[in-house]
Amino acid sequence: MEIKKTSLNKLHQDCQAKFVEFAGYEMPIQYSKGVIEEHKFTRSHAGIFDVSHMGQLFIYGNENLTSDLEKIFPLDLKNLQQNCSKYSFLMNEEAGIYDDLIITKLENGYLIILNAACKEKDFEILNNILSKKYKMELSNDRALVAIQGPKAVEILNETINGVKNLTFMTGDWFDYNGQKLFVTRSGYTGEDGFEISILNDLAEEFTKSLIKKGAELIGLGARDTLRLEAGLCLYGHELDLNKTPVEANLKWAISKERLSNGGFVGSNKIINQIKDGAKQIRVGIKPEGRLIAREKTKIFNESELPIGEITSGTFGPSINGPIAMGYVDKEFSKIDTKILLEVRGKKHPANICKLPFYKKSYVKGVN
Amino acid sequence: MSEVKFSKEHEWITLAGDVATIGITQHATEMLGDIVFAELPEKGSNVEKDGTAGVVESTKAASDVYTPVSGEVVDINQAIVDDPAKINEDPEGAAWFFKLKMKDISELDSLMNKEEYDKFAKESSS
Repeated sequence: MEIKKTSLNKLHQDCQAKFVEFAGYEMPIQYSKGVIEEHKFTRSHAGIFDVSHMGQLFIYGNENLTSDLEKIFPLDLKNLQQNCSKYSFLMNEEAGIYDDLIITKLENGYLIILNAACKEKDFEILNNILSKKYKMELSNDRALVAIQGPKAVEILNETINGVKNLTFMTGDWFDYNGQKLFVTRSGYTGEDGFEISILNDLAEEFTKSLIKKGAELIGLGARDTLRLEAGLCLYGHELDLNKTPVEANLKWAISKERLSNGGFVGSNKIINQIKDGAKQIRVGIKPEGRLIAREKTKIFNESELPIGEITSGTFGPSINGPIAMGYVDKEFSKIDTKILLEVRGKKHPANICKLPFYKKSYVKGVN
Repeated sequence: MSEVKFSKEHEWITLAGDVATIGITQHATEMLGDIVFAELPEKGSNVEKDGTAGVVESTKAASDVYTPVSGEVVDINQAIVDDPAKINEDPEGAAWFFKLKMKDISELDSLMNKEEYDKFAKESSS
């Protein structure tokens, strides 16, 4: 299959990107400055991320659609205000996770942002559960550009007047060169920032205007170190069909209202797991010293018995040390529990620690 | 100090008497990206030509470091273990990895000179 390119591919090339294939797309892993500089620039200024490979699924409908989506997502969608977003998951009956996503209520339906590698399958799953009753569009004509960091609001507001009034996890339509953009105050770096859904034809010019104002393009390499420092899950690593939201320590994303009544796909399993406790749970892990424990590293307790596995591990540039997330047996999940990580045949000391590693700076509103 | 020689695994080596100094090339660091971890062989240990003699990790992945010649490890560069970013700053100078007392100096004969290595690096990365 031919590799897909986003509408910013030429701009990435012009900015000396190194490319990798990611979910069938040619995506920039880093630019000439490198992962650490790009990471630090995002934390201190403003980074631009091409996330056009992610799915932008529009589902059109009214109250019936809201009721039907509540049978799928563990969210109180009836009481969700228009233009407000929630983090959620698409699950199977066993509460295994097909994908994690952001869903936003629009005037005439919903916009769901899906992971690139899952989006086509998600479309099929949703369309089947919804019995093909609603018009669904997995957009091919829109790019998705994120701007993240302490300078993001100032830079973006110069280009799109009014975005500064959005609060975390809300969005709205804005005019840009006579076209409509949908902007949400969100992101996946732990920084304040925005995601902009924009027509492909306008994406390059729009991104260049942000660069002119001092923002810089950031690759997937730094996106991964940023999200890991922020303690955020990455599908295919922390989340997959063998993990439930309870095990992933994402109970906060499940509406309390919906937990008491259930009635969504996977609700029985989730209610039981919350009552009885999950066997394993996602935790933050800090190796002692500089050692990096990558995905699939085996975790042991102090008696050298296996208790779990790392799902993501890297060097955290803002922490200036190694960080990881993984799953351990619940009895070893308490903060400051001493554990051992087996790397290249040797067991190295590490500690369970609090998430996030790096304090988030979201601009929260009243809701 | 002898002419600098290079291996296909992107190590460089110089010789003074029978002691070889070994590190990784500028080209290798450019391919790896930001280096954030380095592990070196133990002083006093013996390493074999083309065997692993350490590890470097970038933000993205771990890579083995090989030794292009055999010998006894007589010194290691602790400074790059304490601050791995030094490797990106000066890979073919201050950021050497380890020194070996060579057993068989003829092992150097099969390695590349600068011109041959530059050509090899260019071809292997294109």
